Amino acid sequence: MPAVSKGDGMRGLAVFISDIRNCKSKEAEIKRINKELANIRSKFKGDKALDGYSKKKYVCKLLFIFLLGHDIDFGHMEAVNLLSSNKYTEKQIGYLFISVLVNSNSELIRLINNAIKNDLSSRNPTFMCLALHCIANVGSREMAEAFAGEIPRILVAGDTMDSVKQSAALCLLRLYKTSPDLVLMGEWTSRVVHLLNDQHMGVVTAAISLITCLSQKNPDEFKTCVSLAVSRLSRIVSSASTDLQDYTYYFVPAPWLSCKLLRLLQCYPPPEDGAVKGRLVECLETILNKAQEPPKSKKVQHSNAKNAILFEAISLIIHYDSEPNLLVRACNQLGQFLQHRETNLRYLALESMCTLASSEFSHEAVKTHIETVINALKTERDVSVRQRAADLLYAMCDRSNAKQIVAEMLSYLETADYSIREEMVLKVAILAEKYAVDYSWYVDTILNLIRIAGDYVSEEVWYRVIQIVINRDDVQGYAAKTVFEALQAPACHENMVKVGGYILGEFGNLIAGDPRSSPLVQFNLLHSKFHLCSVPTRALLLSAYIKFINLFPETKSTIQEVLRSDSQIRNSDVELQQRAVEYLKLSSIASTDVLATVLEEMPPFPERESSILAKLKKKKGPGAVSVNELEEGKREGGELNGGGERGDNSAIAASNASTPSPSADLLGLRTGPPVTAAAPSAGSLLVDVFSEAGVNDDGFLRDLEPPTESSDSLLAEGPGDSDSAPPSVVSEDPATPLPESNELLNKFVCKNNGVLFENQLLQIGIKSEYRQNLGRMYLFYGNKTSVQFITFTTTVTCPGELQSQLNVQAKPVEPLIEGGAQVQQVINIECLTDFSDAPLLNIKFRYGGALQNLTLKLPVTINKFFQPTEMASHDFFQRWKQLSLPQQEAQKIFKANHAMDTEVLKAKLLGLGMALLENVDPNPENFVCAGVIQTKAQQVGSLLRLEPNAQAQMYRLTVRSSKDTVSKRLCELLAEQF
Amino acid sequence: MIKFLLMVNKQGQTRLSRYYEQVELGKRASLEADVVRGCLARRKEECSFVEFKDYKLVYRQYAALFIVVGITENENELSIYELVHNFVEVLDKYFSRVSELDIMFSLDKVHIILDEMILNGHIVETNKTRILAPLLALDKMAES
Repeated sequence: MPAVSKGDGMRGLAVFISDIRNCKSKEAEIKRINKELANIRSKFKGDKALDGYSKKKYVCKLLFIFLLGHDIDFGHMEAVNLLSSNKYTEKQIGYLFISVLVNSNSELIRLINNAIKNDLSSRNPTFMCLALHCIANVGSREMAEAFAGEIPRILVAGDTMDSVKQSAALCLLRLYKTSPDLVLMGEWTSRVVHLLNDQHMGVVTAAISLITCLSQKNPDEFKTCVSLAVSRLSRIVSSASTDLQDYTYYFVPAPWLSCKLLRLLQCYPPPEDGAVKGRLVECLETILNKAQEPPKSKKVQHSNAKNAILFEAISLIIHYDSEPNLLVRACNQLGQFLQHRETNLRYLALESMCTLASSEFSHEAVKTHIETVINALKTERDVSVRQRAADLLYAMCDRSNAKQIVAEMLSYLETADYSIREEMVLKVAILAEKYAVDYSWYVDTILNLIRIAGDYVSEEVWYRVIQIVINRDDVQGYAAKTVFEALQAPACHENMVKVGGYILGEFGNLIAGDPRSSPLVQFNLLHSKFHLCSVPTRALLLSAYIKFINLFPETKSTIQEVLRSDSQIRNSDVELQQRAVEYLKLSSIASTDVLATVLEEMPPFPERESSILAKLKKKKGPGAVSVNELEEGKREGGELNGGGERGDNSAIAASNASTPSPSADLLGLRTGPPVTAAAPSAGSLLVDVFSEAGVNDDGFLRDLEPPTESSDSLLAEGPGDSDSAPPSVVSEDPATPLPESNELLNKFVCKNNGVLFENQLLQIGIKSEYRQNLGRMYLFYGNKTSVQFITFTTTVTCPGELQSQLNVQAKPVEPLIEGGAQVQQVINIECLTDFSDAPLLNIKFRYGGALQNLTLKLPVTINKFFQPTEMASHDFFQRWKQLSLPQQEAQKIFKANHAMDTEVLKAKLLGLGMALLENVDPNPENFVCAGVIQTKAQQVGSLLRLEPNAQAQMYRLTVRSSKDTVSKRLCELLAEQF
Repeated sequence: MIKFLLMVNKQGQTRLSRYYEQVELGKRASLEADVVRGCLARRKEECSFVEFKDYKLVYRQYAALFIVVGITENENELSIYELVHNFVEVLDKYFSRVSELDIMFSLDKVHIILDEMILNGHIVETNKTRILAPLLALDKMAES
């Protein structure tokens, strides 16, 4: 080897590097670099033409400066000039600079391409290699356009030098990856495959990378590579360590090439040809055998190289998953590594075994190592190894060992590294759910989880335990007892309070017989935690209290007293205050029947994919949960969810496999957009309590005076509508309302309050009241972001003839809405005569510089001006007959969109504003209503009859009014409601 | 596939960096700092493979110098681990007892060696003689 002089004669470079090394501080270094940059710049700009040597020296310096992390914005041209030098050293440094510093969208590409073209046609292999390396490293589209046709030719030409072939193979790979459309398959493709047979090992090494990539994209066209790869592998594996000379590494023949061959084979299923397959199995057996032989060298390099091949062979065996014998042997081999003194081997063995655990042939063999793995979890000093052990335990878990594994994971959690706790918690929760035979064990496990690692228990986990308890009545009593006991602890995690509050609120009655857990004791226990909890938890507890009033009338006065206390009823938090006020009112004015209906036990949740599994998948990305696991879920599904008819959820679970996170929330709460400050999830709990119980919130809350104006979240639409919150759509044309605005309008036909619109940025709540022909509407614009909206303006317009039918006046609104704030706008409405259209509300504002512009329909509909009219049966029919002109009647027959629940129908008809007349229609299934629409010009009497047909799931709706347009409009509006 | 190869000393100074996937200059410094921090914090008996963002790091320490390789999931960790050693042996052969200074002062040569071994994120050559051939030819030309 030649003695190399430092800096290779480039004294200036050596001095500069020494200077940098001697810099005492970062500032000094930067100063020195700037000085040098200025120097080089002036040299490049100077009049004197630089010779190749100087150019090379300066480009070298720039390269060094770039490495130190400084941007280099000049010198590119000089580097390009070096490319056309005839001196190899200069050319080489030019190419180096280009491939390190130039990115694929540089403007210089054309010049570079020119130089490359010259070098490729030079027939000088060294120059050709430099040019090919450059294409492989930069790989821009223009380069692909220029050279995609030529490179395959170079690659397969008989007279190309080996080193050029190597470069050409990787160069083509790069072009194929960046511009697959330009690399056309052709007669070269079959010849590429035959490079696997090339006598030169370097060529094979390079060609495999290309062939692997091509095979993944076009498996059929490259199928022949399998038999070629097998025979190549076989020759290497069976060769003596001296056969391959320079490709032998510490007595291991061609380890990197072997790994790449084994990796290529993993692109294909097991070979169909018996002879090829036999040869391959032989190879794999030889590799496994070699692992048992005494090492040929004590050097770690020897064993590493050998094991690199071994692990790759095991990957292939697992990939095939068809040779039980090999799988079990692989498992035993990995088992040995589990106790190896090399940490690297233990780590890789755990990782590899994890995939082995999912094969049906080796699952049992993997399970025999459970004690070793548990031991690794407890004693490994390296967190990444412990993580692998935890993964493996998760993978090898099944019904037979679930209790042991879950117990070990739980105890590991107590000392686990913070970085992996959340994932561990999810895994424990999933295993506990998946393999729960008796649900008391499941409940115990989750409560333990909360006790040990409460901070890491995400909402999904505690939602899930509640969901399961609610759906399974055999565990409810046990759950109530267990949470009651858990809450006795002087300090318990807030998540425990949440679960406890929810479960006692639903099922506290199941343990109330025992004087030690009498209703009052339960209440006092919960309430003792109240003051230590955050607002959402307190909100949940308040809901539990109102449920207590229903479950245990004897607690009513105590709880009312609590609700009435200043700290509740005047709480500074709007949500808490509102709950306190409403619950207090509810408990004092509603009859026990109403209370029992409203506060009925939660109905079973619809079964869907375990949200925890979804969360784990999301955490790990799609594909992280193996197919096997999903199928496992399918098998377990039936038992897990108790009933046969619920078992079909697993199909959903499986079909959801590709989507990382389907609706993950368990309580049927909306998965609000991340910035929803205005509607905390706890806020919507109430909505669930009300609407799930089958009572229309509007009909109910109407009697209550909403204490605050920010009641939007409380009045939010029921779960049926919850998905209709539109995405952030900004309509281009201000005059066109959003496509969904008709739907939004329909939501408010039978109710006056709620959320009119919501997107990522803005929530619009609405509250309205009507008297005679007058109405007043309050719009609440909530800024959901943390950034202020500026130049916020709204305009209300009445398009077309509506102008003469409706008089709408909007009060001005604040032009600025701070992040998280809400502003209010009052709109006064006067109905002049009957109308069919809706006024348009246009909203414009700037958010972070971007103009937002959207138009909605204001939910002002003709029925808002109804005055209910009570009348007796014969009056009704008399008037019905009077309105007998054909145009006075409008009729529609339509399919039911919602469940045909009598109570819900009644509530909706009441919400419509007419009087619902009892005992009028001879058929008790039918509904009849009467009302008078008040407009300034006239009064329009209207009668309505709704005939449900439960068998056909259809309705017939008939409306008669003294004015034909009114009949028609009412019929249209109502047909969308049922 | 290999995403990048770094040579970093114990003080966290990068001595060589080669990216096989475009990474913005601004992000390189912080990436390199993160990588070094991750490796320096580890003890001798801990394993040489670290999960890092969406790829894996394979690292090996020689005196005060760390060589860290970022790889994707489908790469064989042990083979990369030995590739690093092979690389160091090639450097050692060329520089006869390579030191950090050799790498700093002959950055271009180290690059030539590396480019012969890894091209575009894939292993192309492992034979020491063939790896060094172009460089030796270059030296001969420079002498004459």
